Amino acid sequence: MKHLWIVAGILAVASCAGDTRPTLSFYNWSYYIADTTIPDFESEFGVKVIYDNFSSNDEVFAKLKTGAGGYDVTMPSDYMVEIMAKQGMLEALDFGNIPNIENLDPRFRNLPFDPEGRFSIPYQWGTTGIGVNTKFVKETIDSWNALWDPKYKGRISVIDNMRSGLVPALRLLGHSVNETDPAKLQAARDLMLSQKEFVRTYSSDTYIDLLKSGDVWLAMGWSGDIYQVMKENPDVIFIIPKEGSYAWVDNLVIPKGSKNKALAESFLNYLLRPQVGADISNFTGYSTPNRASFPLVLDSLKNDPSLYPPQDVLDRLEFLKDVGSDATAVYSRIWNEIKSQ
Amino acid sequence: MKSRIALHLNAWMVYGFIYAPILILVVFSFNQERINAVWTGFTVDWYLKLFTDGEILSALMNSLLIGIPSTLIATVLGTLAALGMHRTRFRGKQLFESILYLPIVIPEIVMAVSLLTFYVWVQLQLGSVSVILAHVTFNISFVFVIVAARLSDMDDRLEDAARDLGATGWQTFRHVTFPLISPGVIAGALLAFTISWDDFLIAFFTAGVGSTTLPMKVYSMIKFGVSPEINAVSTIMILFTMILMLLALRFEGITKTAKTLGS
Repeated sequence: MKHLWIVAGILAVASCAGDTRPTLSFYNWSYYIADTTIPDFESEFGVKVIYDNFSSNDEVFAKLKTGAGGYDVTMPSDYMVEIMAKQGMLEALDFGNIPNIENLDPRFRNLPFDPEGRFSIPYQWGTTGIGVNTKFVKETIDSWNALWDPKYKGRISVIDNMRSGLVPALRLLGHSVNETDPAKLQAARDLMLSQKEFVRTYSSDTYIDLLKSGDVWLAMGWSGDIYQVMKENPDVIFIIPKEGSYAWVDNLVIPKGSKNKALAESFLNYLLRPQVGADISNFTGYSTPNRASFPLVLDSLKNDPSLYPPQDVLDRLEFLKDVGSDATAVYSRIWNEIKSQ
Repeated sequence: MKSRIALHLNAWMVYGFIYAPILILVVFSFNQERINAVWTGFTVDWYLKLFTDGEILSALMNSLLIGIPSTLIATVLGTLAALGMHRTRFRGKQLFESILYLPIVIPEIVMAVSLLTFYVWVQLQLGSVSVILAHVTFNISFVFVIVAARLSDMDDRLEDAARDLGATGWQTFRHVTFPLISPGVIAGALLAFTISWDDFLIAFFTAGVGSTTLPMKVYSMIKFGVSPEINAVSTIMILFTMILMLLALRFEGITKTAKTLGS
C-alpha cells in the first residue's frame, strides 16, 4: 500500500515537471476540432497545447469574467463576442501574425457582432431551423407555422434560450431576430405562449436525442446538431423556414491577459490553413467560413443544402447581435414568463 | 408470513428506486444502437472507443492528477489534525471540532463560490492547483472524521506503555500509534479520493487551464445528447467509485464510514 502512494506521488510530480515546451491553452466546445489538429500543431511548432472544454457561452463568459481564466484562445458565439468585446475582455488581434485571414470568405469578415473584425475570426458556422422527422411528418414543412400546428401537439421542441427561443415568433411577425422594441417583443411573447401547449420540451441539448429517437418530430435546432441526428436517423431532414431565421457563428478569440498572444495568433493562423480548416469541418460536420478550405470539404457535406444553403436562403438569415442591456432584460423576463406559465 | 413478503417487497422496491436508473445507464452502455431508447444488441465498442479518445483520456489524467495530490495532502493534514485534537484538551475544543466537520455539510455551491471568490481575490491563477487546494479543503474534514473516530477507539495506555519502555515520541508514533490508526488513515484517504473523483460542482467553479476533470468532460459532452459513450464513461466512474468505497469499508467497517458520511 505504501509503495503505491510513493509511485503515485512520483507520477504526479513527474507529470507536472519535465515538459519545457512553451504552452498554449485552448478553451473549446467539446469535440469541436479534428483529432489531428492539435497534435499536428504541437509537433510543427514545438509547443504543448492544453485543451479544456466548456458547454455554453455563459460558461466561457463566467470563467473569463472572474479574471482568473488564463486561456490563450477560446471560442464564443457571435453575440457573446460582442458582449465580451464591449466589456474589454478580448485582445485586439494583430493580423500581421495572421496572414491566412485572406482565406476567410469575405462574407464572414466584419460581421455585425464584430463590425471591424478586430477581435474575432469565424471558425465554424451554421443555421437555425427545424429538424423534421419525415417518417411522422408527411407534409412538406417550410414555415415556422408548423410549430403552431395542433397535429403535432407534444411532438415539438423549441430551443431553450431567451434569444433563440423567440426567433420563430419574431420572424413570423416580420421582426428582426435582434428586435429591441418592447412592444414588438411583447407580441412575440404572446405568440410563443399560444404555442406552448404543443411543446414537448424547451431544450438546447436534449432535443437532439428526442429527435433521434422519434419522440419529437419537429425540433427547432441548430444545423450542426440536426446534422448529427441525420447521420444516425435518415428520416430526419433540416429545413430553414421561409420567414427567415438566423445564422450562428463560433469565433476564435484571444482573451485579455493571454501571456502567449503571438503564439496564440500563430495558432489562429494555422487553423485558417486550407487543409486544417477542411479537416475540422469534415470532422464536426459544421460549415466552414474558410473559402480556401471549402473545396477540400467532403462532397457529402459540400453538396448538402442544409449545411451550405443557396444564396436566396442565405439572404433570409440574420446574425445575432447583442441587443444591449435594456432589451436583454426584456428578453430574459419574457423567456422566463414563457417557460413558467 | 404476509408481513414478511411485504417487507421483502418493500426492500426490493427501495433497492430498485436507488439503483434502477444506474442499472439502465450501465445496460445502455453496452447497447449497439446509438439512439438510446431501444436495445438492439450487445457491444463493448463504446468502451473500446473511450480508450482511443484523446479528450477523455486527458480528462481522466486530469482527474488523477488532481485526485491523488489532493488526497495525499488532505490525508496528512487531516490525520495530524485528528491527532492534535485527540491529544489536547482546551476550552472550546468541541466547537473547533465541529468547525472541522463543517465543510462536509456546507452546501457545495456555497463552498464553490467562496473558493472562486477567494482565488480571484488572492489572484491565484485557476488551474490544477486551485482545484487541488479546493479538494483538500473539503477532504481534510472527511479524513479528520474517520481518523478521529479511530483514535477514540484506541487504548491510550498503549502509547503510555511504549513511552514507559523508553520509546521516543517518534518511535511511539511510528511503531504503536500509526499501525493502530492506519486502517482509519487508509479508509480516510480512499474516501477522500472518491469524493475528489466524483466532484463536479467545485471543480467546475475552480478549474482553469488544464484541469478539465472527467465529470466536467462528461458534462460538456451532454451538448451532443446522452450518447452511449457518456454511459460508458459514467459506468466506469461508478465502478471505480464502488471499488474504492468497498475498500474503504473493508478497512474501517460500514458503520464508521456510514457515520462519517452521515455526519
